Amino acid sequence: MSDEIGAAGHSAGDAVVSIRGVDKVFGDGDGATTALLGIDLEIRRGEFVSLIGPSGCGKSTLLRVIGDLIGPSAGSVDVNGKAAHQARLGREYGMVFQAPVLFDWRSVEENVRLPLELLGLPRSEQSARAAQMLRLVELGDFARHHPPQLSGGMQQRVAIARALALQPAILLMDEPFGALDEMTRERMNSEVLRIWEQTGTTVVFVTHSIPEAVFLSSRVVVMSPRPGRITRLIDVDLARPRNELTREERRYFELVTQVREALRGGGNPGEPATGSSAERLAAEGGVG
Amino acid sequence: MRITAVHLRQLLPPLLVFVVGVAAWEVLTRLSNIRAFILPPPSAIAVALVENWSGGRWPLLPSALATLLEAAGGLVIGTLAGVAVAFGVSRWMTVRDAILPVAVAANAIPIIAVAPIFNNWFGVLNPVSKMMVAALLVFFPIMINVTRGLSEVEPSAVELMRSYAASEWTVLRKLRIPNALPFFLTALKVATTLALIGAVVGEYFGGSSTVLGRVVVQSAASLRFDVTWAAIVLASVAGILAYLGVVALERRLIPWHASVRAERPA
Repeated sequence: MSDEIGAAGHSAGDAVVSIRGVDKVFGDGDGATTALLGIDLEIRRGEFVSLIGPSGCGKSTLLRVIGDLIGPSAGSVDVNGKAAHQARLGREYGMVFQAPVLFDWRSVEENVRLPLELLGLPRSEQSARAAQMLRLVELGDFARHHPPQLSGGMQQRVAIARALALQPAILLMDEPFGALDEMTRERMNSEVLRIWEQTGTTVVFVTHSIPEAVFLSSRVVVMSPRPGRITRLIDVDLARPRNELTREERRYFELVTQVREALRGGGNPGEPATGSSAERLAAEGGVG
Repeated sequence: MRITAVHLRQLLPPLLVFVVGVAAWEVLTRLSNIRAFILPPPSAIAVALVENWSGGRWPLLPSALATLLEAAGGLVIGTLAGVAVAFGVSRWMTVRDAILPVAVAANAIPIIAVAPIFNNWFGVLNPVSKMMVAALLVFFPIMINVTRGLSEVEPSAVELMRSYAASEWTVLRKLRIPNALPFFLTALKVATTLALIGAVVGEYFGGSSTVLGRVVVQSAASLRFDVTWAAIVLASVAGILAYLGVVALERRLIPWHASVRAERPA
């Protein structure tokens, strides 16, 4: 397993995120909806983990619980050895949403600088780091542009640069390429892998695209429809660095099939609600 | 700002319509039997404008300046009040629930009805009475639009700020206020016109005789409709200048916004 984490060069078992027994219920009484049920998951440093599942399976909710944007109804989330709330106050997160969420009134460079400004870094350091981040996403020439002047893919790259500017312990991405066309999406996938390999950041990536999940991830977390539970963990043992040729490998297709079948059988009604240890499910080996 | 060929091309059609319209007006009033007190030709209005510019029974320039001052005072008071309430309303639910219904009800009051009351309260000769009428008209569009601008931010933008552990105050400064600026400036365009209307309406119900509203009322009563028209022309010019002032402000404050970008030649 350490092979696919190799790029980041960290040892396995070094957990950045540990989620224990997390439930999330929205509303109360008759109107209550259980979005997440009995979630257990460990994410190691430098891992690229995708959360995949049908719409409404709670994958975005799980991402927001990890990021302390919403609190769990039960259970706990630790990030970098502290409670998620402390991690957020310590500015350990970078977030990328489906929409780029850039501020039109700021130039590209000023958008990337936003988190550094909030942190109160000296201006010179802000500029230096913003420039470095823009070079990383290959938008160095667009620093003075304003977001509306950029294409959708470029805007999303600015959002990634902004998310990485703080050198966060963990990068949370919520269907970041869901609004892009297929061609741009595949290009962005390669781009994000290159950035991940260069920075060694831990990434949690929400998607509903099976090929995207397989191409990018070290591990794919398959979730069931509401109430969202983890039904399977699939290790993606494709060699790195991955590129366009990876998409034509036999193993790639096998893994895509494996994820698809895991999603199809995702309901798992026989599984007890609590104690659905994700690790144990993984150990059972799944379809592969 | 430099006048370019593109600007000229944009300016030419409306200018042409204006010139042709005025010329047609002139020819029509001269050829037909329309009497001067029904519709004076533009040339007669121009003569009246020059003859009454600064002296005589209806000194137009001092009147226009006095009215402009009332409108400007009302614009400032109404805008400050509108912005202040908008901040309170968008920040605290209880303020919203307490103030919004009252504000909507206040907006339903016909302005003509309050003008004499304000004259009574603040003094018929005191320009403040006219400013308050103007302020009342200005308040509502400013308050509603700024409230929208402050509250209608992308939910993910708020999540983004929260993920950086930004305080409420920081979210206000870095996200809500910049987001509200285009809303504010759009409302300000409407408000400049409303302020002038409010000032003139207030003047109709009495006050100093050197204000545009009184000139309109008294010259019309004396059947000097050429002067009445001249006063109306001055009022429109003041309105247009105020509007252009806001447009200039827009270019300075929100050069990034689509409304400004669209006007700029590519």
